[in-house]
Amino acid sequence: MTEALKIELGRRYRFAASHRLHSERLSDEENARVYGKCNNPFGHGHNYVVEIRVSGSVDPATGMIANLADLDAFVEREVLEPFDHKSLNEDVPAFREKVPTTENVCKEIFQRLKRFPKARLERVRVEETSNNAFEYAGEEI
Amino acid sequence: MVYLTRKIEFSASHLYHNPAFTAEENQRIFGKCNNPHGHGHNYTLEVTVAGEPDPTTGMVLDLKELKEILEREITQRMDHRFLNYEVAELKGQIPTCENIARVIWNLLEPRIRQGKLHRVRLYETPDLFADCYRNGAKPA
Repeated sequence: MTEALKIELGRRYRFAASHRLHSERLSDEENARVYGKCNNPFGHGHNYVVEIRVSGSVDPATGMIANLADLDAFVEREVLEPFDHKSLNEDVPAFREKVPTTENVCKEIFQRLKRFPKARLERVRVEETSNNAFEYAGEEI
Repeated sequence: MVYLTRKIEFSASHLYHNPAFTAEENQRIFGKCNNPHGHGHNYTLEVTVAGEPDPTTGMVLDLKELKEILEREITQRMDHRFLNYEVAELKGQIPTCENIARVIWNLLEPRIRQGKLHRVRLYETPDLFADCYRNGAKPA
């Protein structure tokens, strides 16, 4: 009966970072119009929350899909260490060309975490503030 | 389809220990969760039922009935209990979030007669939870 069930493990993490929304493809006036305050030249910051869900079979010996210590260490290395207390525009190479909107941050985190070897990444949710959240579950096949 | 979610909380203690492992392996794999006298959490359980509202009552299911099922099946069984020793359904299993969520699914699914159980989400802390679905169901 249990094989008929799918179990996912969810975990929430936090980082604080600054960003500025500005597209090289738009004029200064268009940037100001599209991004408003988020286009202010010196940037601003958020306390981001990253919620991830992974799936896999539950190991009967440990009761776990993946050992939390392994998952936490992987997320720390791949996302928190490179993003926390950084400027996303300046310090994360992926955002030199892509605008670090939280949509793009969410997709970037998904790309990084889908390499976790011990479980399948199902979904990434990024809360930019307590009122704005974005979710990405990979490309539809 | 409408998805209805009810939330309850319960507090319980547990520890992680597999007698097939050596003391060192238990310590390495389970860390602090292996402390011999156990520790506790305030668990939050979210139960989601999917269905069409009944044309007469406007309800997917009677929330009062769901409340009673949760009280009888979950609160009375798990609240203020030591999960390893006092919950028969967890005998022989490590009481991780994943395993408790599955046990809760198996306890609730046969009791829900209006609508269908769609998801069980069990929070062990606000930052750690497990979801249980029927395989193939679209995750919420």
